[in-house]
Order: sequence, then C-alpha cells, then structure tokens
Amino acid sequence: MIHVENVSKTFTLHNQHGAVIEVVSRANLDVHSGECVALTGVSGSGKSTLMRMIFGNYLAASGQITVDGVRIVGASPREIIALRRHRLGYVSQFLRVVPRVSTLDVVSEPLLRVGTSEVEAHGGAKDLLARLRIPEPLWSLSPLTFSGGEQQRVNIARGFAHHYPVLLVDEPTASLDGTNRDTVLTLIEEAKARGAAILGIFHDADARARVCDREIDVSGFKTP
Amino acid sequence: MQDEPLFSASAVSKSYGTHVGCRDVSFDLWPGEVLGIVGESGSGKSTLLNCISGQLDPSEGDVLYRTQDDGMKSTQAMSEPELRKLRRTDWAFVHQNPRDGLRLSVSAGGNVGERLMAVGARHYGDIRRSASEWLERVEISTARIDDRPSTFSGGMQQRLQIARNLVTHPRLIFMDEPTGGLDVSVQARLLDLLRSLVRELGLSAIIVTHDLAVVRLLADRLMVMKDGSVVEQGLTDQVLDDPQHAYTQLLVSSVLMP
Amino acid sequence: MSALVREHYNFAYLDEHTKRMIRRALLKGVAIPGYQVPFASREMPMPYGWGTGGVQVSAACMVPEDRVKVIDQGADDTTNAISIRKFFERTAGVTVTERTKEATLIQTRHRIPEQPLSEDQILVYQVPIPEPLRFLEPRETETRKMHALSEYGLMHVKLYEDISQHGEIATSYAYPAEVNGRHVFDPSPIPKFDNPKLDNSPALQLFGAGREQRIYAVPPYTRVRSLDFEDYPFVAARAEHRCALCGSTHTYLDEVIIDDEGGRMFVCSDTDYCNEQQRANAEAERDAG
Repeated sequence: MIHVENVSKTFTLHNQHGAVIEVVSRANLDVHSGECVALTGVSGSGKSTLMRMIFGNYLAASGQITVDGVRIVGASPREIIALRRHRLGYVSQFLRVVPRVSTLDVVSEPLLRVGTSEVEAHGGAKDLLARLRIPEPLWSLSPLTFSGGEQQRVNIARGFAHHYPVLLVDEPTASLDGTNRDTVLTLIEEAKARGAAILGIFHDADARARVCDREIDVSGFKTP
Repeated sequence: MQDEPLFSASAVSKSYGTHVGCRDVSFDLWPGEVLGIVGESGSGKSTLLNCISGQLDPSEGDVLYRTQDDGMKSTQAMSEPELRKLRRTDWAFVHQNPRDGLRLSVSAGGNVGERLMAVGARHYGDIRRSASEWLERVEISTARIDDRPSTFSGGMQQRLQIARNLVTHPRLIFMDEPTGGLDVSVQARLLDLLRSLVRELGLSAIIVTHDLAVVRLLADRLMVMKDGSVVEQGLTDQVLDDPQHAYTQLLVSSVLMP
Repeated sequence: MSALVREHYNFAYLDEHTKRMIRRALLKGVAIPGYQVPFASREMPMPYGWGTGGVQVSAACMVPEDRVKVIDQGADDTTNAISIRKFFERTAGVTVTERTKEATLIQTRHRIPEQPLSEDQILVYQVPIPEPLRFLEPRETETRKMHALSEYGLMHVKLYEDISQHGEIATSYAYPAEVNGRHVFDPSPIPKFDNPKLDNSPALQLFGAGREQRIYAVPPYTRVRSLDFEDYPFVAARAEHRCALCGSTHTYLDEVIIDDEGGRMFVCSDTDYCNEQQRANAEAERDAG
C-alpha cells in the first residue's frame, strides 16, 4: 500500500545564502495492507520528513513514492486532495482547526467530506469521542479551548473517524495516560484488522511492541 | 473525478501601458475546489481576480468557464448580457469592503432578494422566505431582515454580502480579502461559515488574500504571486510547509504561526 | 392670431429647427415605446420644474387648429396651468379650452383626465425625473445598460422595500410600469390610480423631461403593465370617499381642508370632469323635477 523507493529530501534555504540541507537520502520501504510499521531513529533523523513526503506535505527531491496505487511524486494537487480525502489519513501531533468549530464537527468533518450523512457522521464521531474519554459536555465546544492531552485525543478521533486504507500516525500515544493510550492502540489494532496499512512514529517502546509488526530505522537513509 | 475543470485561466496577462498588473497566469479549477491566491499588496493578485472574474478585460490570454448549457466557453467570447447574467447567477463576488458589494440604502432582506428578483422571482412571500433562510444560514437574526446594513457591524455586513451572493446557488465564488478589516474572532466565525458552505453546496472558490492563516484553513491549493507573476503553486499545506521559491520562503517565515 | 405674436415669435415660440429636432426624438420614442430618447432641451421662458419639457413637446406637436388644454394636479385653474395656457395662446394663437372632450392637445402635470381619451387626442406629460431606476442606481451609464439588457430586477427591489416597510406597495405616484413588454418607464408623478388609463389608450401619450433632456412615448393602443408581485398585485388606489361636489365614487379625489377647525372634504381632482358631472346631475334633477 505504501511504496517508497530511493527517496531523498533536501531543503534549500534561499534566504540563508542558498544553504542546502539534506534530511533524507535514498529511503526505501514498503508497508502492506494489514500491517503496522514503525519508523525509528534518533530525533532529527528524518522520520517526520519521510512521513510528510508520503503524505504529500513535503516534496521529495528525487525517488518514487506510491500510496494505494497513486504516485505521489509529481502528482497534481487534485490527485493528492482526492487521495487524502478518501484513502490516506494522517494523525499528526498538532490539532489545526478553524477556531470556534465544535469538537463534534471537527471529528465528523472527514466523514462529511466523503459524503457520509450528518446523522451517521455525528454518530461515528460521538462513539470515538466517548471511547477517547472526552467528556460529553465538551463536545459542543471548540477543541482549541481544551488542554493539550484533550486536543491530542480529539485529533486522534478525527484521524480515525473515516476508515482510511492507509494511515500515517505521528506519536499518537505521546503524553496520554495509560487508559487513553490503551484505547489509541486498540484503535490501531482495529484499523489493522480492517486491512489498513499503517506507518507510524512511536517513541513509546511498549506501544511499538504491541501494535507494530516491523521497525525501520531511518538513520540508514542518510548519506554517511 | 471529473475530467473537465469548471474554470480555466490560460496565460492571462494585464498591463497598463508599461506597468504590468499580472503576467502569464494559468490555472484550472475543478468543481468543489478552493484556490487561494496570496501575495503582498501590489503583487497583482487583485488585478488577476478582476481579470478572471470578468470585471476587467485581460490584455492577453483566455478565461474559460464551464457553462450549464454550452460547456466550456471563453468569457471573452461571451456577449455582455451573457456575462452579466453569469455574474448574477452562476458566479458570485464577495468584496473586501461590504460597501462595494451591498446596497446600503436597501434592507437586509432586499439585499438578499435582489439576485432572486434579477432572475425573475416575482412572489414576495417566496423571496422573503428565501431571504430569511439565508440570513439564518449566515447567522444573522431574522429579526434584522428589514434593517439596513448600514446599522450592521462589519462582520455582519460581510456575512450579509455572502448571503446575498449565494442565494441564487452560484457554482463559483470569487472573494477579495473576505476577512480583511475584521476582528480576529469575527474572522474565525466567517471562515467557519465559508468552509461549511463550500462543503455543503459543493462550491468552487477563488480567494485572494494576504493572510496565510486564511488560506491554510480554506484553500485546497495555493498560488503565490510576486510582481505580477505566479512564483509558486501547489497543494496549500505543501506550499506553506515546504516552500520552494525564495519569495515564498520569505513570506512564510515572516508570519507568526501561519 | 394677434399681430404681436406674428411679429415677435415663431409659431409656438420654438424655432422650426428645434421643433424638427424634438419631432425626431418623438418619432424615435414612438418607435421604441418607453425608451428614453435624449434631446437637446432648450432654455424656455420659465424655470425648470414648471413644465419646460412638456411645453417643448407640446410646441413641437402643435398646429394652428389645435384646441389646447393644460392640467395641473387635475385642475385647469391653477397658476401653472393658466400660465402655460396663456403662453400658447400668445405664442401660437391657438384656441384654449378647459373641456377634455373638446381638446386636441392636452398638456398635463400629475393627472390623466377622468374622461376617456380618443384617437384624435395627444396627451403630453411633464416629467421631473424620467429614470425609474434612479432610486437605486445613481450611475446613468449603468441604468442605460440595464434598460438595454432588460435588467429590471432592481425595480422590484424598490417594491419589495415598500412591502417590507409598509406592508403593501406604498408607492402611490410615479408608479413604474412596463411598456409594450419591453422598457420599464416612469409615468411621471401621476397617482397610481391613473396607471390603468395608460394601458391601451387610444390617444398618443408623450413625455417630456426638460431638465433631464429626455423624451419618451407610449403610442396609441400600447400595453402598459404596472409592476407588482404575484402575491401583492397592483391596486389602483383612491380615497374611499364620494366627491363632495358631484358625488362620484369612481374618480381620483383630493382632500381639501375647508376651515380652521380641521374640517375637510374630498373633491374630484379633475375639475373639468367634476363640473361636467355636476351639470349632468343638475339636468337629471331638473328632468326628474
């Protein structure tokens, strides 16, 4: 489902005398349906950069990336938008939403965007919010007023609302307490069971051990 | 995915004597897509918007629109009545200053009803019902339906302008700095409204703004303009998070938390 | 015709070139019913607002055999009516009359006579503001375009505003109407009670706006439809009273204050028609007696 071949990434900082920074070079990996793969490596080794390239958020300097049959490198924005809407999900660490929109609407949005009825989308969103222990009185408020941990859980609910066949997760369990951490890992297991291909960054070694089938050390994807 | 764009600009240029307004701009817009055009004042983004929305004749290039009846059609080849009709039915234009887009001497209801009457609505009760529905939809109390917009706050005027434009169910909406001049909290409310309207009505939109936070939240795609030319375009989050062009990098880095 | 007139003025005051220019504008107006034709309005020996447009149109149509009637607010005996009548008496030497039936050329301000007109008559209206769209669109370039493209939605915005503010279409004079299924026009400040008389009239109706330099026309037997909403149809309103002088119940009435105690009465605004009704009533009484 995810195929990465000889992918490199450099940043050219035009406003700093054109300095070129190489972050990833010649990365290769595959993630198949129903498996969860963890990216490992020290901080700054390029894990997030690689994930962002797969998501289309960063442009790869060279190489090939294919997600569920769609070639990401060189794809038109429209193709990426369609892919993200239907098939490629991304749970980042930061919640980025329009201020003032209620938590329920934030979580329902991915479902509404793929044409799910409002009733059904709200139903799905409520289930997830309940499972992630967001107190019901908060559902009608904007998540931007919540604590960091609550915001992260809302973000996870949003990321899991629609059943994407391919899912990228970036530190989904960071700063969560034991019960919520367990719920998130269960959500990942459920997604795997549905056949989703999952690529993630997990600092938490226990979490990794529980849900990941393989680990790939991205430190190897750097020019020595 | 639909194979044909809703709207297409090809090599659009506008010059005033030796001064270049915009130069060689091309893009396609598909149904349901929101395109953001960003740049500083004087970058040519407003000139471009006026050229592609039929308010200004481009010096060169062509603008095509997929009409309901005849398919893709050059707007330059359209007769004036045809273009004017398009502008009050299929297209909508939200001005930065609501005073440019509203009739301040006419009640809120009359402002919303005008486009309906312009396309032949002649039943007062129906017109008024539509006007109330739209006021509600843009979160203006229907108790204000007979008040003049000059008594409204800036945010309300802007929402009224949107209602007035959307009442005929356009397919394409042009917006020129729609949140400019509004308080931050009022901006947020307007952004939320625009986002849900775009989604619910399947609207396509072209938004000109200097505010990167606005395009981050509203636009699927982004075009960055400088000195009349497009220096970079792509997926909104990609352009903002991994800008390739020196100017875009400067633009992004000069903003606090885009 | 007095010698004085012949010596000092051309027939009907205007020179023949000017009349020809106005007649051309009139012909164009007749050819395009309701369309506002620009014309080079002349300075007249009376101030703007006193009927300079109407006087020029009347002068351009007038022939020595005409019997001229002038109406101001329905009456033949107000200052404006008398001075215009005298003007034509002196400059054209034509016969003047107060009888609608006898007149061949009627210049009017604010009314259409109650007496139905005939094919032999021309009705000339004095128009202050010819542009019905002016209320909402101040740009002349834009209103001309709107007329050219039949974009008349704005006219209904005005009526919408009326209903929303007053619960009904409160416009009671200068009520906009569509001529011959094409142009929307301002029928001058006649009460909307008179609007139905515009429709399908056997007489030629000409409109002159001196200050605004516009001429327009409704040819005989032309459809004139007052604008309205399906659920708020046009109503030709009049005061629900009986004329205190002739007793008629179907005419447009003026409210007249008759004393310092607030006493008032309603009388026909069309003085000629009222007089005629009174004469007829008197005859009927005599016959009965």
